[in-house]
Amino acid sequence: MNLPTLILALPLAGFLIALLVPRSSPQGSRVWALAITLATFAASLALPMVFDRSVPGEQLTLDVPWMATPNIHYHVAADGVGLWLVLLSTFLTPICVLISWRSIQNRVKEFYAFLLLLECGLVGVFLAQDLFLFYVFWEVSLVPMYFLIGIWGHERRIYAAVKFFLFTMTGSVLMLAAIIYLYTRAQTFSYPAIVDMIWSGRLTFAPGEQMLLFLAFFVAFAIKVPIFPLHTWLPDAHVEAPTAGSVMLASVMLKMGTYGILHFCLPLFPSAARTCAPWIVVLAIIGIIYGALVAMVQPNMKKLVAYSSVSHLGFVVLGIFTFTQVGLDGAVYQMLNHGISTGALFVFVGLLYERRHSLDISDYGGVATAAPWLSTAFLVTTLASIGLPMLNNFVGEFLVLQGAAIANFKWAIYAAIGVILSACYMLWMYQRVFYGKVKEEVRRHLPDLNLREWAVVIPLIAMMVWMGIYSQSFLPPVSKTTALVLEQTQVNVPFQVRVEHPGAEVADAR
Amino acid sequence: MPASFGFNAGDLIRFLPETILTAMGTLMMVLDPILHRRGSHAFGHMSIVALIAAMGGAVYAYTQAGPAFGGMLMVDGFATFFRLLVLVVGILTVLPSYRFLARQDAETSEYHALLIFSIAGQCLMAAANDLIMVFIGLEISSIASYVLAGYFRDDKRSNEAALKYFLLGSFATAFFLYGVALIYGATGSVNLTVARAVISGPSAPAPVFIGVAAALMFVGLGFKVSAAPFQMWAPDVYQGAPTPVAAFLSAGPKAAAFAVMLRIFITAFEPIGGGWEPLVWCSALASMTIGNFAALLQTNIKRMLAYSSIAHAGYVMVALTARSQVGTAAAMFYLAAYALMNIGAFAVVSHLSGRGERYQNIEDFSGLGQKQPLTAAMLSIFLLSLIGVPLTGGFFGKFYIFKAALESHLVWLTVLGLLNSAVAAYYYLRILVMMYMHEPGEAVEKAERLSPGLRAALILPALGTLVLGIFPGLVLEFAGKSAGLVK
Repeated sequence: MNLPTLILALPLAGFLIALLVPRSSPQGSRVWALAITLATFAASLALPMVFDRSVPGEQLTLDVPWMATPNIHYHVAADGVGLWLVLLSTFLTPICVLISWRSIQNRVKEFYAFLLLLECGLVGVFLAQDLFLFYVFWEVSLVPMYFLIGIWGHERRIYAAVKFFLFTMTGSVLMLAAIIYLYTRAQTFSYPAIVDMIWSGRLTFAPGEQMLLFLAFFVAFAIKVPIFPLHTWLPDAHVEAPTAGSVMLASVMLKMGTYGILHFCLPLFPSAARTCAPWIVVLAIIGIIYGALVAMVQPNMKKLVAYSSVSHLGFVVLGIFTFTQVGLDGAVYQMLNHGISTGALFVFVGLLYERRHSLDISDYGGVATAAPWLSTAFLVTTLASIGLPMLNNFVGEFLVLQGAAIANFKWAIYAAIGVILSACYMLWMYQRVFYGKVKEEVRRHLPDLNLREWAVVIPLIAMMVWMGIYSQSFLPPVSKTTALVLEQTQVNVPFQVRVEHPGAEVADAR
Repeated sequence: MPASFGFNAGDLIRFLPETILTAMGTLMMVLDPILHRRGSHAFGHMSIVALIAAMGGAVYAYTQAGPAFGGMLMVDGFATFFRLLVLVVGILTVLPSYRFLARQDAETSEYHALLIFSIAGQCLMAAANDLIMVFIGLEISSIASYVLAGYFRDDKRSNEAALKYFLLGSFATAFFLYGVALIYGATGSVNLTVARAVISGPSAPAPVFIGVAAALMFVGLGFKVSAAPFQMWAPDVYQGAPTPVAAFLSAGPKAAAFAVMLRIFITAFEPIGGGWEPLVWCSALASMTIGNFAALLQTNIKRMLAYSSIAHAGYVMVALTARSQVGTAAAMFYLAAYALMNIGAFAVVSHLSGRGERYQNIEDFSGLGQKQPLTAAMLSIFLLSLIGVPLTGGFFGKFYIFKAALESHLVWLTVLGLLNSAVAAYYYLRILVMMYMHEPGEAVEKAERLSPGLRAALILPALGTLVLGIFPGLVLEFAGKSAGLVK
C-alpha cells in the first residue's frame, strides 16, 4: 500500500470508528484515540526510512483519478519538506491525546473524534499534490479545529472559534478563486504538472495576472501563518483553545501557511513572489519585533506564548523571502523547531493550568520549589525557544539570519533584535512563574509530573536536543527540496521581459 | 407552426408524470370523505406513492425522449432532471409533514392534494418548451402554493404570508405574461424554438422589443426564484407559512422557475445574450449580497433561511450569467445540492418548532448536540454544505458555478461571490454554535423523539449531500449531457 495513503487512512478510519464507540465509555474513546494515533505515528516513521534522500522532488506518489470533469485526482506524495511536517503532525497527535486524558471530561468521544479528523486533514495538507485535493484538506482541517476551540475552550471560546473560522474562510475562498482560475488556464489541478508547464514556458501569466493570483494564495496563507497585520485571530484562538487545540494549532496548523507559501506561492508565481518579497520581509520583521514586544507585556501565559509564535513565524517568513539556500533551509527547520518547542510550551502551560486553574502569571511564583521536575523541563523548553545553542531553535534561527544577512544585512540586524527580545520575555516569564516566594496555593495545588506527563515531556525534550545537536539527520532532504524550489523561482525573472500581451486577460475580464 | 393537435401514445408517455400526479391529487380529494379521520396517515402515504410513481413515470418518459404535443413540451435530459428534482423535493416535503401536521391537528387531504398539484405544475414547467405551457405550469404551481402558504387559516402570520405571496405573485405572473405577449407579437410564436429562430434570423424584430420582453419575463421569474430586487416577499412568506411548506417553497418552485429561466434565456434569448448579461450580473450580485448581509441580522431561523435562500438564488444566477453549457450544468447541479441541504435544514426546524410553531428562534437550537446528537449531526452536514465546506454537495455546487463563471471571464463576479460565501459562513456558524456550544434550552428539552418519517427526511438528504460532495460525477455527468438543450 502507498505509504502516504496509509498515513492518511489510519486517522480517517480512526475517526469513523471513534464515532461508533459508545458514549458511555469515555475511557474507550481515549484508549482508541491513543492506539490509532500511535499506529499512525509508527506508520509515518517508515516515511523517512523509505524516502530517497538523493531525489529532490515528490516521492512515494499515488495518483488515481477521482472524477473526470473537472479533472480531479487523488494525488498524494511526499517531498523533503512535507515529509517532516507529516512526521511533526503524527508525532504531536498522540501527545495531544495524552495531555487531554484528564483535562477533557465532557463529550470525550466527540473530542477525540475531532482530534483524529484534524490529524487526517493536517497530514493531507502536507501530502496533497493536487491543488483541489489540497484545498479539500485545507478546509476539512478547519472544521474540527473550530469545534475543538468552540466546545472545549475557555470562557470566550465561541468568539475565538468564530473569529478563527471566518478569518481562515475569507482567505481560503480567495485561494479557491485562484485555484479555479489556474485550472481554467492549465486544464489540470496537478501541482507537479502545473509547475512543469510554468517551468517549460507552456503556461505564462501576464504580470498583473500573476500578481493577483500570487496575492490570492498569499493572503490565504498569510492569515494562517499569521503574518502581521493579519494575526489578530491567533491570540484569541490560542488563549481560548483547550491545550490539545493550542498545541495542534501552533505546532502544525500555522505551518500550513508557511508550507503553502513555500510549496505553492514560490514555484507557481516566482516573479510576483520576488517583486513582493521586500514588502513581505518588512511585514515579517514587523511581526518579529511587534510579536516580541507584545509578548513581553502579557499577564497571561498562553497569550504570551501565542504572541511569541507571531514573532517566531516572522523568522520563517523572513527566511523564505530571502531567496537564499540557507534562508529557505532555516525557514523549514524553524517550522519544525517551532512545532516542537512551542508545542511543548503550550503543553507545559496546560499542565500548570490543570493544577492551578489559572493562566495568569501573577497567580504563580515559586513553582520550582513545588514541582522541580516540571520546572526543569520547562526551563529546557524555554531555553530552546530563545535559541540557546545545542537546542533546536538555535539552528533554525542561525540559518535564517545567515540567509537574511546574505540577502540584505539590515534585515538580519532587525531580525536579531527579535532573538534578543525573545530571551527577555521568556526568561522574565520563567522567573516570575517558577522562582520567587512560594505562594500558598502553589504549594498546595502543584504536584510534580506523573507518569503520563513524563511520557509526554520526554519525547518533546529528546526531540529538542536531537534537533539541536544533530540537524544533519533532518536537513539533507529539506535542502534538496528547497534547492529545487529556489531553482523554480528563477523562472521568468524578471517578468517584464516576457510580456507578450500585457493585460490581455485582464482586459477580457468583466 | 404545426397545426395538428392530435396526439399519439408517445405524447402521452412523455406527459406521464403530470398525468399520474393530477390523477392521484384528484383521487385524494374524492377519497377525503371516506378516509378522513383524525391521525390518519392515509393521504401522506398516497402522496408518497404518487410521487414515487411519478418519478418512475418521469424516467419512463425519458426513455421516449423528444417533443410532445406539437412541440409544446420537450422531454429531454434537462426536463427529466428537473422533474426528478421537484419530485424528490416533494417526497422530502411530505416526510416531515406527517409529524408536523399531526402535532398541529391539521391533517387533511387538501394539504397533500395541493402539494401534489403544485408539483404537477412544476413538472410541467420543467418540460415546457412553449411560453403558454410555461405560463400554465407556473399558474398551477403558484396557485396551489399560495393556498399552502396560508394553510393555517387561524394563524395571522400564515394569512399574511398567503396574502403577500398571492398579491405579489400575481403581479409577477402578470409581468411574465406581458413578456409572453410581446414575444408573440414580435415573433409570431410562443414556441421557444421558433422564437429563437426568428430572433436570430434575418428578419429579426427590433432588439428593443425582445429586450423589453426578456426584461419582463425576468421580472416574473426573478420573483419566483426570489432573486434581488424581487426578493422582498421571501422572508415574510417563509416565516408565516407552515415550516414544511416553507421548505417546499424554498426548493420546489425555485428549482422549476430556474429550469424555465435557464431554458428561456439559454434558448430563445441566447442571441441577445450580451444584452441581458449585465442585468443578470447585477441581479446575481445583489441577490448574494442582500441575502447574505440581511441573514446576518436575523434571529428567526425561518427568516434567516429565507435570506440564505435569496443568496443561494444569487449563486445560481452567477451560473446563468456565465451563458455557457458548463454554466447550465453547474446551475442544475447546484439546484440539486441546494434542494437537498435546504430542505433538510428546514426539516430540523419543523421537528423542533413545537405545537403552534412556537420555537422558531436560533436560540431554540441551543444544546441540540447534547440532547439529540443524530439530529444535530444531520443539521451540521446541511449547514456545512450551505457554507460550502468540501466533501459536501454545496461545495461542489459553488465550485462548478464559479468555475463556469471564470471560464466565461467573470472574474469580479467570482471574487465577490466567493467573498459573499465567506460572509455567509458567519450566520450558519451561529446555529452550529447554538447546537454544540450552549446548554440545552426549553425547545430542545421539550423536543420529541425523531419520528420515522423525520428520520428518513433527515438521513436521506444528508446522504445525498455527502454523495454529491464525494462523487459529484454521478449527477454532474448527467447534468452536463443534458445542459445542451434543444435550440
